[in-house]
Amino acid sequence: MLKSLSLKSVLFFAVLLVLLLILPPVLPRFYTYILTLIFVTALLAMSLNMVVGHGGMFQFHHGVFYGVGAYAFALLLFKAHMPLWFGFMAAPVIAAFAGFLIGWFCVRLTSLYFAMLQISLGSLLWAIVFRWYALTNGDDGIHGVPLPSFLSSVSNAYYFILFFFVLCLVVMYLIHRSPFGMTLQAIRDNPARCSAVGINVRRHQLMAIVIATFFAGVAGVLFVVLEKSVFPDLLFWVLSLEIFIMCLLGGWFTFAGPILGAAITVALRTFVGIYTEYWTLILGVLLILLIFFLPEGVMGFLVQKFGKARHREGAPARG
Amino acid sequence: MAFDLSAIGSQFLVGLSRSMILFIVTAGLSFVLGVLRVPNIAHGSLYMIGAFSAFSITKLVPGAEGFWLALVLAPLVVAAVSFIAERALFCHLYQREHLMLLLFTFALSLILGDLVKITWGAEYKSIMAPKLFDGSVSIFGASIPKYNFFLLLIGPLVAVGLWLFTSKTKLGKIARAAAVDREMVGAVGINVSWVFAFAFVFGCFMAGLGGALMAPTISITLGMDHNLIIEGFLIVTIGGLGNMWGALVGSLIFGLTQAFGVLFWPQFAIVFPYTAVVIVLLLRPRGILKSVW
Repeated sequence: MLKSLSLKSVLFFAVLLVLLLILPPVLPRFYTYILTLIFVTALLAMSLNMVVGHGGMFQFHHGVFYGVGAYAFALLLFKAHMPLWFGFMAAPVIAAFAGFLIGWFCVRLTSLYFAMLQISLGSLLWAIVFRWYALTNGDDGIHGVPLPSFLSSVSNAYYFILFFFVLCLVVMYLIHRSPFGMTLQAIRDNPARCSAVGINVRRHQLMAIVIATFFAGVAGVLFVVLEKSVFPDLLFWVLSLEIFIMCLLGGWFTFAGPILGAAITVALRTFVGIYTEYWTLILGVLLILLIFFLPEGVMGFLVQKFGKARHREGAPARG
Repeated sequence: MAFDLSAIGSQFLVGLSRSMILFIVTAGLSFVLGVLRVPNIAHGSLYMIGAFSAFSITKLVPGAEGFWLALVLAPLVVAAVSFIAERALFCHLYQREHLMLLLFTFALSLILGDLVKITWGAEYKSIMAPKLFDGSVSIFGASIPKYNFFLLLIGPLVAVGLWLFTSKTKLGKIARAAAVDREMVGAVGINVSWVFAFAFVFGCFMAGLGGALMAPTISITLGMDHNLIIEGFLIVTIGGLGNMWGALVGSLIFGLTQAFGVLFWPQFAIVFPYTAVVIVLLLRPRGILKSVW
């Protein structure tokens, strides 16, 4: 399975990983924290890209599943006093279950209607979390989620999150390269033909949503591990669009693009945020520049410019 | 249940008056959606600009005259903003894929949101409706504020105006034709790019009008765009994309379920309209009325 990776890129990732492993003792705490936040956000963006970039579905409210994972984890630990490992196992499954429920309705529709149904179902979940004070503390959120003491230092949380981030990436790559992943991309490029050769399009799409929402749930758990708190904004549609932009920024049709997109977005938000409170203005301008000049994203552009032809994984659907 | 009939009646009227504003805003959204085929995410921001402009105008011209002036000028301010955005940037994207247009409107909403913050600051603002609308009127034993009663009159007026415009004027007919078959409209020698510009600006004008009308009933804040736009999308979806009467039906469903939610279960009032939307979409995935797509 891994033979599709060239020696050069394996070497590149190995060096990168070693670099990431030795960084925390050297870096100031704040930068370690930012890096960790990038991992969490990147995992979220990657999970969205499985559905959007590789699956071609208009998953417009992906943030909901991130929020469901985070809330499930926080509530299991905070209210039910479950051990860490149980919360860690259960929360992504709960997120995937939410993904199954919402996806089951959504895959019946296409394009904009798919998006709208998902936004309304997702907003319903958001409204419940926002209003159900007795369970979720409403818009105050839950702060001080009890985590084992080994996760309290930023650098330990860093290693913990990095481990699961890399693990998820490997699994996602294997899925991406598996017959299932290939079928999914074929469905994206031509659903009618896939259906004609006997592929159950809806089932594959639903499966992709469930897998992606599972990973979004993992990202939610990791967010809580890092921040020790949850709040309803995690389920708000603005966040969903932001992750959407990360995928675009990095490049839809590449595997690792969303990581780059997430890194750029988080880093910009942090460092631009130091100088100005008008961060969204800058994001908006950046997005417009991107739409006009780099419609395939930074990674897509790099691949196009420097990569060999075999790296192009799919032509964007011009509509 | 211990709800007396007049409470239900007045909640019904309040819900109805809120539906009217939702209708004015979403009719604009639906118009843009029908002609340009783009869900305009910046629509909410333009609605917010409408409300903030109305605030500034009433500050400059105090009293009742200021309010009426705001109702006229605020939508024009919004139309001007959207005209600039459309001619400078948006019109160059019509040949690109759909998603890019959608993301452009999102970028625009991010930019406009911060520009509002820069121009008006982050504090809450409020507008007083003219003295004329002080107090309340009672209809069949149910009493509602006079301003809401005014909205109940404005809503049908706008609906009739829109109907006359789209079915009786040449411009309206061209816009409707462009919604159905844009190549054909181009083929008979009409400049489609300007039709699009007009449709976009007109839709945004409606957003500004809705914002100005809404301003006296709420506190004007940043973030009102986010709440509105999601409701707006859901309304036009359940009504049938691009169908103006669908926007009316959707607004009524949304506004009334919300109003009755407040009456029956205040804590979860916000859940009621979303549930209604889900039910409609499950029964009729393409909306209640015929979509122009």
